[in-house]
Amino acid sequence: MTAETSMTASTSMGSTHPNRYQALWTLCQDSTKRLLKNPLTAVGLGVVIMLLLVALFAPWLATHDPLVQNLNNTLSAPSAAHWFGTDEFGRDIYSRLVHGARITLYIISLVTVIVGPIGLAIGAISGYFGGWVDTLFMRITDIFISFPSLVLALAFVAALGAGLEHAVIAIALTSWPPIARLARAETLQLRQADYIVAVQLQGASSARILCRHIVPMCLSSVIVRLTMNMASIILTAAGLGFLGLGAQPPLPEWGAMISTGRSYMLESWWLVAFPGGAILLVSLAFNLLGDGLRDLLDPRSE
Amino acid sequence: MAFSSDTMASRVTQRLLHRMVTVSITLFGLLALTFMIGRVMPIDPVLTVVGPDADSSTYEQVYQEMGLDQPLLVQFGIYLQDLAHGDLGNALLTGKPVLDDIIRVFPATLELATVAIIFGIVIGIPMGVYAATQKGRLTDHIIRVISLFGYSTPVFWVGMMGLLIFYAWLNWVGGSGRVGLAYEGLVEPVTGMILIDSIIARDWEVLASALNHVVLPAFILGLNSVSFIARMTRSFMLEQLSQEYILTARVKGLPERTVIWRHAFRNILVQLLTIVALAYGSLLEGAVLIETVFAWPGFGQYLTSSMMLGDMNAVMASVLLIGLMFVTLNLVTDMLYPIFDPRTR
Repeated sequence: MTAETSMTASTSMGSTHPNRYQALWTLCQDSTKRLLKNPLTAVGLGVVIMLLLVALFAPWLATHDPLVQNLNNTLSAPSAAHWFGTDEFGRDIYSRLVHGARITLYIISLVTVIVGPIGLAIGAISGYFGGWVDTLFMRITDIFISFPSLVLALAFVAALGAGLEHAVIAIALTSWPPIARLARAETLQLRQADYIVAVQLQGASSARILCRHIVPMCLSSVIVRLTMNMASIILTAAGLGFLGLGAQPPLPEWGAMISTGRSYMLESWWLVAFPGGAILLVSLAFNLLGDGLRDLLDPRSE
Repeated sequence: MAFSSDTMASRVTQRLLHRMVTVSITLFGLLALTFMIGRVMPIDPVLTVVGPDADSSTYEQVYQEMGLDQPLLVQFGIYLQDLAHGDLGNALLTGKPVLDDIIRVFPATLELATVAIIFGIVIGIPMGVYAATQKGRLTDHIIRVISLFGYSTPVFWVGMMGLLIFYAWLNWVGGSGRVGLAYEGLVEPVTGMILIDSIIARDWEVLASALNHVVLPAFILGLNSVSFIARMTRSFMLEQLSQEYILTARVKGLPERTVIWRHAFRNILVQLLTIVALAYGSLLEGAVLIETVFAWPGFGQYLTSSMMLGDMNAVMASVLLIGLMFVTLNLVTDMLYPIFDPRTR
């Protein structure tokens, strides 16, 4: 709760004080310290940072080219030369995994960048104006929520055609509703606050109130929610890749790697085991991190 | 009783009425959404009917027969009208109405999901209760990590690894499909669920084979439910255990087991009902992937194989039905809630 109250204080002052960002920074430092007290959260954060580093330095970390085939050395078991073995085209699986981290990160960040603003805008507008706008937006949200996200994403990709970009769009289309609901709930609480009434009386326009006073206040919980969503984005993307609807070969996307490895699984288990392990590791890390963040911001859940 | 049963009944009816209105709006939206997804597809629906070699006059004729020359709104109207007659179009692969196909494959999914949810309940609830009694201790943390694992695993991958380890290497369970090849088609399909059909036919060998095949996919499909149910049970129990009546019971000197199971647990049953219903619904999502891995001839596999063939009629109908089931499940739970829990009236 402290985090939220101090957040309230820092941002509501923010409209008059120039050091809003400084306050936010202190808050971040404070939160990080408390976040890392839980060893599980620290592990989660560690793995996420590792993913970032691996993606960043992929060309240096990879021992082989992820796309170059070597048909003399197909399906060889893990060894000193090929740590995780080679696939059906003789490509080094370890190097493909390392490069695949970039694709995973690309999907997560693109979906988040699309979903965050859309959810925030719809939720804030819906909560602030209320009335028929609210009813309309919330009904639309309900419709999207009434499909399991993978199934809806599947339908969108089926309509748009398979491919990495289309998978990203499909996942984004299915994952904005929870964000919108959250932003709406926050806005509903804020709308009654004295300082909002005060700026209203000063004659601020709705757009100004929304952008300067409401949206910044919803930001922290929306960001937490987005972090918690990342694990499910990874799993949905991997599921689409597995069904052959996401990234297309020869791209080293982890789900697609499992999909092609499936035919060789009985003789060459490493084709499937390692990419799946990578997906599990990363999505577990995001879940641990999200879990810790939620405990930090909402101690009632404990 | 402070309230007369009259006002109580009218409140429940009012609540339900309001729910019905929102649900029908959602359903309408669902239809509009699937219709629109069907329209943006890059596949030409006329070409799939007439084939690529048809001349332009045949093409034109089919184009008009399918109503594609009409404005979108009129097309949507036709779509709704067909739906009202239970006509979801024909599937390309079987040539039969999509609805018939789905009714045929659905029992397999129902069977798989039901066994999965049984795993979810039998493992998840005790895990959650135990974690709540051990709050903050090592066991609690271990259970928490286990349930986070359940949320984080790509279910199709666990399915494949399960097949590899327990079928190919250890040979503990049956492989893909619903029964062993030798037992295929031996029992009369009465319900379409082999477990029940083989009991009706008193064919214990088929039953054994079916059990052997269902246990692995159902367990893996149920992993997510185990996590979800365990976490929710834990938080519901913690809420109850902090109440004063629990303190009273403990002060009275009741054994801890009675306090936990007879007092606290009984009070969370209604909440658990909702959670189990939600978990059951979300199994449909996992079923799409698990059925593909295990070659389980159910709804999920039907959906993915139709997708591979570009059979949009089948895909859209399946997606629509999954949405319908979700909404119905939520509605039913909502309606059951006041019946089981007098406090919500």
